[in-house]
Amino acid sequence: MSFLLLGLSLIFVLIPLILSKTLNLGLEKDAFVATIRAIIQLLAVGYILQFVFDAENFFYIFLMVILIIGAAVQNARKKGVSIRGITWKLVVTFVFIEVLTQGILLGLNITPATAQYIIPISGMVIGNSMVLSILFLNRFTSEIETREDETELILSLGGTPKQAIHRPLISSIQASTIPTIESQKTIGLVQLPGMMSGQIIAGADPLQAVMFQLLIIFLLLTTAVVTSAMLGFLSYPTLFNERMQLLKPEKK
Amino acid sequence: MTKDTQAAIQFSHVDYQSDGTEILHNITGWFPKKRITTLVGPSGAGKTTLFRLCNGLISPDSGEIYIDDKKISSYEPVELRRKVGIALQSAKMVPGTVRKNLALSFELQGKEMPIDTAEEMIRLVGLDESFLDRNAKDLSGGQRQKVSIARTLVMKPEILLLDEITSSLDRVSQQEIEELIVKINETYGTTIMWITHNLRQALSIGEYTWVMMDGELVETGESSLLKEPQNARVQTFVKGESE
Repeated sequence: MSFLLLGLSLIFVLIPLILSKTLNLGLEKDAFVATIRAIIQLLAVGYILQFVFDAENFFYIFLMVILIIGAAVQNARKKGVSIRGITWKLVVTFVFIEVLTQGILLGLNITPATAQYIIPISGMVIGNSMVLSILFLNRFTSEIETREDETELILSLGGTPKQAIHRPLISSIQASTIPTIESQKTIGLVQLPGMMSGQIIAGADPLQAVMFQLLIIFLLLTTAVVTSAMLGFLSYPTLFNERMQLLKPEKK
Repeated sequence: MTKDTQAAIQFSHVDYQSDGTEILHNITGWFPKKRITTLVGPSGAGKTTLFRLCNGLISPDSGEIYIDDKKISSYEPVELRRKVGIALQSAKMVPGTVRKNLALSFELQGKEMPIDTAEEMIRLVGLDESFLDRNAKDLSGGQRQKVSIARTLVMKPEILLLDEITSSLDRVSQQEIEELIVKINETYGTTIMWITHNLRQALSIGEYTWVMMDGELVETGESSLLKEPQNARVQTFVKGESE
């Protein structure tokens, strides 16, 4: 695709802008900013990726992965500020997810050890892990608050922090992973996944595109469950002190 | 209060703050062993906070609490909470049957509750055995309070803390719980500390009383002190509650 053709595709931005103006939806400013940001961010990423692919140097791949993890931590931590040390818990979770998934993919030779595979797959895995973290932290912090009575009841009867937090923790893990599992049930029926569509448009064999998409689906399932469970089990001990008392959440 | 009996719980210059607000200030006093002591005072006096300190759900900022003459901090949290049981006003039930609620303390220890324990406890609180298989969410307020007390009693705590357990109950249920409190004290020799707003209950059931106001212990002694309090603030409170 040339820049001229890309310019023509801006018609799809003009349509919502005109509609918003006509119907007084007040979306013009946000839509405009979103478009500009998307253009700048994606073009920048495109140039950076081109540079990294050409350089064929693991240091640059490593740097890209660090950048992806850093941005994901920065985004997800806002939802868990009431949990002590949430930043490091997120770093540990994302690094573990990255090592686990890439370890299996590269270790078993499922994908080649090149920037072309490592970076986009890392982006998808960490991006999904970030969304899962946000869903989990949102649910977990609200569960802790709404079930405080039950948590204290179990502590008051001589239960351990793990026993006291069990129900809020399990229910938060389940709730945060449901969207991933549910969306995978209808995949291909309602819509073709973005990555697969992109590959087909770029001229790849549809069966190859499907196989790669299936790989991503399997990866995202692992990512979803491991992220929520790991973040949950890393987070709950910091909600209590050594006297097994439920601590007040940190001020936001 | 004359110290002719041993102290089950002793407070020595205890302070407690929450979010920068002083909840308890310089609490010094004791609760006699194997007796029923009531805690009375207006809302916000710090009575529930005092109970939470005794059960180890929170710790004092300064001062010391002694349980059976041992510093509270020297007890393992689980050991302390089994020794000092608490039944809260909310009488929160975990989802499931009454039996499941009664078995909770055993379950938390990874043990199975003996069948006759459930039966003994449900009978003790004046409910028949058919209640054991009822869903806890279908219980009335009074029944829930009774199950909550039974659930706390399952582990045979030496000290039982009851937090306003009759405040939302009708007169008949109140009387049943009052009789139950006396029965528990007589049957097991359990030390009972009971928060109540009802001065009649404090006078008829409690042998001793603590009067708390604004986070302070303002008067303490035999329950009869409520008939003729010395402290002017207590006089006003008693007059207000009696009207």
